[in-house]
Amino acid sequence: MHNFDITIENLSKIEGHTDLDVKVRNNKVEHVQLKISENKRFYTQAIRGKPAIGAPQLMCRICGTCSIAHLICCIQAVENALGIKPTEQTILLRKLAMYGLYIRDHALHLYMFSLPDVIGKDSILDFDEKNEKEHKLLHQCFDVKAAGNALSTLIAGKPVHPPYPIVGGFTQTPDPEQTKEVIKKLEHVREDILELIDVFMPEKFNFTTETEYVCMTSPDFNFYTGDHICTGKYKCVPWEKYGEHLMHKVIPYSQASGYKFEGQTYLVGALSRINMNEAYLHEKTRKSAKKALEIFPSNNIYHNNLAQAIEILHSIDASVEILKKTKFKKEEIIAPKTAGTGVGVVEAPRGTLYYLTEVGQDGKITHADIVVPTGQNQINIEQDIKALIEANIDLPKDKLQFEIEKLVRAYDPCMSCAAHFLKINWQ
Amino acid sequence: MPKKEKLRIGWFTFACCEDNTIMMTEIMNDHWQEWSKKIEFAYARILKSKNELKNLDVSFIEGAIASDKDAERAKEIRKNSKYIVATGSCAVTGMPSAQRNLFDPETKKEIAPIIERFKHREKVLPVKDVIKVDDNLPGCPMNEKDFLQVLNKYLKLFGVN
Repeated sequence: MHNFDITIENLSKIEGHTDLDVKVRNNKVEHVQLKISENKRFYTQAIRGKPAIGAPQLMCRICGTCSIAHLICCIQAVENALGIKPTEQTILLRKLAMYGLYIRDHALHLYMFSLPDVIGKDSILDFDEKNEKEHKLLHQCFDVKAAGNALSTLIAGKPVHPPYPIVGGFTQTPDPEQTKEVIKKLEHVREDILELIDVFMPEKFNFTTETEYVCMTSPDFNFYTGDHICTGKYKCVPWEKYGEHLMHKVIPYSQASGYKFEGQTYLVGALSRINMNEAYLHEKTRKSAKKALEIFPSNNIYHNNLAQAIEILHSIDASVEILKKTKFKKEEIIAPKTAGTGVGVVEAPRGTLYYLTEVGQDGKITHADIVVPTGQNQINIEQDIKALIEANIDLPKDKLQFEIEKLVRAYDPCMSCAAHFLKINWQ
Repeated sequence: MPKKEKLRIGWFTFACCEDNTIMMTEIMNDHWQEWSKKIEFAYARILKSKNELKNLDVSFIEGAIASDKDAERAKEIRKNSKYIVATGSCAVTGMPSAQRNLFDPETKKEIAPIIERFKHREKVLPVKDVIKVDDNLPGCPMNEKDFLQVLNKYLKLFGVN
C-alpha cells in the first residue's frame, strides 16, 4: 500500500506561478490541489468607474502572452454594450491579430515548454547545436515566433499589449510594403511547421480523458467571430444566447468546486477545436496536415500539442490568404451609440474566453466579469492528475512528479489569467 | 572586475502579467546566437525546471511585491545577486498590479477576504521599496532597446565578450 505526499512548488515551463499538492493514502488519491500562487491583481474591480472605451487597453494587462485575446474580447464586449458594429475590414484585421497571436503563443508553448519533454532535455536552451535535429528545431523555434510577432506588429502595432486595436476600429492600417515582408516570413516558416507536426504526430505520451469538448465555431476556423458555441457534439448555443450561456453555465462552472457542466466536466483549447471543427480548417492546411488530422477526434490530452501545431499551420495559411487578397484603406473609428450590457467571446489560444461588461449612461464601466480558459479546464486538470497517479502508483516519486508536470504542461495552463478566477479549494 | 566567460542571469516574476518575460523570449529570437555564447540563464522558470538561486551576476525582476512571501523572496534574490534590474512597469512603479492600493473603502472591503486568505500585504509595492535596485527598465512591457542596452552594460562590466 502506498502512502505519500507530493508537493511541487512553482511548476516550471508554464505561464505564471502555481504549486501542486497531492495526498495519497492506501493507493487512493485523497486530494489533488492546483494551488495558484499567482498574486491576485483585481482587474474586474479596478475597471469599475473607468471609461469603457479605455477598458480593453487596461484589461489586456491581465496577461502578457495572450494579451491580444483579452484586448479583442474586451473590445467586442464593450462594442456590444455601446451598440457599435465593426466594419468588414475591422473584422478582418481582428482575425489577423488573433492569427498572429496564435502563431507566437502556440510556438512558445510547443517549442519552449513541451518540446524539451519530447526530446528528453530540461530546456530548449540545452538543445545541442551539433545535433542536426535539435539544432534545426532550436532555430525554427525562433523563426516561427518571430513570424507570429511580425504579423502581430504589422496588424496591431506590437506583439504584447498592442496599441492599434481600439473600440470602434483600428488606429492604423497595415503598411503595404511591410505586408509583403510579413507574407514572406510566414511562407518561409510554413515548412518548419510541417516538421513540427511530424515531431508531435507520433505522440509517445498517452493519457486518455473522458470529457466534453467545448469551443466556439466559425465556418472559416477563425478565433474572433463565431456562429455558435458547441458544448458537446450535438448541443450548440447560437451567438444571440452567448450572454445567457455565460451567466448560467460558464460562470457557475468556473467558480464552483467539482461542478459539472450538463453532467460532464469539459475541456477548452486546441484539442477541443480540432476535435470539433477540423472540417473548417483552411483548405491548404487540411491538405498538408492530412495524415495528422486522421488522428482526430482524439481523447489523448497530449494531442493538444499536435492540435496546436495544426492551428499554427492554419493561422499561417489563413492570414497569408487574407493579406494577399485584401487592400486595406483608412477607416473612421465608429463612435458609441448607446449604453448597456455587452458580452464578448473569442477563442483564445488556450480556449474560450468570455467578457461581460456593463456600461452606464456616462460611458463608464459599472460591472465587469471574465471567465478564462484555464479556469474552465481546472477541474479536468485536477481529475486527470488524480487518474494519472492512480494508474502509475508504483512509479518512483521523482518519475511520477515528472509525469504530472508533463501532463499539466500539455494542458498549457496560463496562471496570470487564471489567478483571478480559479476556484479556491484549499486552506 | 576579472573577466568572465558567461554572465549568470536570473529571471524572476512577482505580481504581474509576465509581459516582460514574453518580450525577453521574443528578443531572444534575434539574439540567441550571441546570447548562447555569453549568457547562462542560471534561473529562469519559464525556460527550465532545474534552476539555481545562487551566485547570480544580474537578476531581472518583473512584477510588484504583493505579499510578505514576495518580499522575503525578493530579499533572497538580492542576497544572491550582484545586481538587480527592476523590469517593466509593475516592478518599477508598482502599477498596474498596485491598482488595489487606490480602491475606495467599499471595494477594499469587498476584496478583504482574499487579501487576508492569501496573506497579501495591505499595499502592493514597487521592488525598490523592498530591496535595493541597481537599474530600472520601465514600460508596459519594457522597451527592447532599453533592455539590450542594460544587458550590454552588464556584459561589459563583467568583461564578457
